[in-house]
Amino acid sequence: MPSDVSLATDQRPRLSLGPILYYWSREQVLDFYAEILETPVEVVYLGETICSKRRLMRPEDWWELAERVAASGREPVISTLALIESEGELKVLERQCADRRFLIEANDLAALDFLEGRPFVVGTSINLYNQRTLSFLAARGLKRWVLPVELGRETATDLIRTRPAGVECEVFAFGRLPLAYSARCFTAFNNGQGKDNCEFRCNEHPDGLLISTQENQPFLALNGIQTQSAATHNLLPVLGELGQLGVDLVRVSPQSQHTATVVRTFAACLKGELATAEGQATLRGLVPNGLVDGYWSGAAGMVETDKTARA
Amino acid sequence: MELVCPAGNLPSLKAAVDNGADAVYLGFRDDTNARHFAGLNFGDKQIEEGLRYARDRKVRVFVAVNTFAQPKGWQRWSAAVDRAADLGVDALILADMGVLDYAAQRHPELKLHLSVQGSATNPAAIRFMQRHFNIRRVVVPRVLSIAQVAHVIKESEVPVEIFGFGSLCVMVEGRCLLSSYATGQSPNTFGACSPAAHVEWRDTAAGQETRLGGVLIERRGLDEPAGYPTICKGRYEVDGDIRYAIEQPTSLNTLDLLPEIMAAGVAAIKLEGRQRSTRYVSDVTRVWREAIDSCQRNPAAFRPKADWMATLAKVSEGTQTTIGPYERTWH
Repeated sequence: MPSDVSLATDQRPRLSLGPILYYWSREQVLDFYAEILETPVEVVYLGETICSKRRLMRPEDWWELAERVAASGREPVISTLALIESEGELKVLERQCADRRFLIEANDLAALDFLEGRPFVVGTSINLYNQRTLSFLAARGLKRWVLPVELGRETATDLIRTRPAGVECEVFAFGRLPLAYSARCFTAFNNGQGKDNCEFRCNEHPDGLLISTQENQPFLALNGIQTQSAATHNLLPVLGELGQLGVDLVRVSPQSQHTATVVRTFAACLKGELATAEGQATLRGLVPNGLVDGYWSGAAGMVETDKTARA
Repeated sequence: MELVCPAGNLPSLKAAVDNGADAVYLGFRDDTNARHFAGLNFGDKQIEEGLRYARDRKVRVFVAVNTFAQPKGWQRWSAAVDRAADLGVDALILADMGVLDYAAQRHPELKLHLSVQGSATNPAAIRFMQRHFNIRRVVVPRVLSIAQVAHVIKESEVPVEIFGFGSLCVMVEGRCLLSSYATGQSPNTFGACSPAAHVEWRDTAAGQETRLGGVLIERRGLDEPAGYPTICKGRYEVDGDIRYAIEQPTSLNTLDLLPEIMAAGVAAIKLEGRQRSTRYVSDVTRVWREAIDSCQRNPAAFRPKADWMATLAKVSEGTQTTIGPYERTWH
């Protein structure tokens, strides 16, 4: 049975909400954040990170939302595209980075070029695997990094122990794992179309298009050019450990259903108001394809190591 | 335009040199490079002999240290950089910003190339890497169309190398964790995609099954071509239909595009396949040498010869090839 969280207030990681990775309607996005602003989440990442063709929310709309998040006493961060290929994408990125109102999450090396010299966050799709990279980026303005999802406690411990002063570590703690990016849009591909005439079919898959093995094991979720795990990565059972290691933020990645409940469950466990086993049982009931956590212990990402919680 | 050929061991290095490579690339015998396979790569003796062999024939030698170092293993990466510097190799191919920083500070005389694993797909990313690490070349990921490659070249001061032939990574290199999701080991952390120890092949009544980390990634009839045991080339169930949901077993072959590639100003073409046989290296190097020479003589009249294409198809995954992302319709 995982132990309940008992952390001093100054050890308690803050709760963040990652960017929406899917293509939802504008109404759905706005409703989603209205609900989120009723939860105890403390940092909110906003913006399109997957596909530059998704324009129901424009940069201006995200900025407006960011103002609203800030007005609620929470910290907004503008997240940027994870794979920059075209000149048009680069121009949008440059414009986003030129805006100085909010902290920005870099997800492609291109953003580092624009953000150098001012505070920035590095997301999961920029490879920060060692101290030398951490120090190098800290000298360019890095304020916070999200641990690459395939890294676990061993490397997190070493990095946090020797990190430059003032640099925060965030850990992806709940959600379908971002595993890969491609030039190809897999949603369009599976509809027999190319990216250039995709018809925005990704809006029919609010949590990605499920692909299963030939023995019906749910395996991956295709989200445009991104490939995710079908199962949900979940570090709730090790929240206490994350706090003791010095992790500053734990991230919940938005899903189309129950995200507010997930956030509240994490918040209650972090404060020690809810037993971890109870929180775990709640989360298990909210995810369609099971919980996994293997990466944290250095195992395969698809493994659930915390077997006792399954009982 | 330079032809850069794979050398998984000394016989392959010699085969590449003998068949017309302008440069060969190789790795040390550990997880510091992205072809960390049993029995592959170079120990001290082989690398010295290989360097001599190549240099006597005016062929350049690049060393790939292109995986990502974690704190516990940092020594191996810094030692690999130091060793390459001591050997006086013609260039070091790096991906990790920390390793690049170390190499640029410690060995400013060393020529650094940004590996495909470094994930630089646009002029701003390349500019950032050049500004800080003085990279002399960038190998761009297999995600750009030829028009996008031409644009990157136009907008960038750093010479561009592209993959011309070989196994096709469908995902942006350096940012694909599919292998570690199923096995715990990825190209980034371990230097191999789908490490052999995690792969299982089994003949069943339903067909030949391929499992990775226990997950059934492919089940095929015996008359169907076998692909590599990678997640991206497997067959899955989508909406009740069994199909290649990501990509078919196929190799990249850009021979048809050679005139466009040259016109775009590509500085070098890389052939994939350090893990392949010496025969493979001989064959693909010879074909590409002939093709590049022929295209350089008369680009307007260039047509890939049927026997070149046949030779390349024979050594391709699933014996089929694609122009891949260089052609926009692939996206």
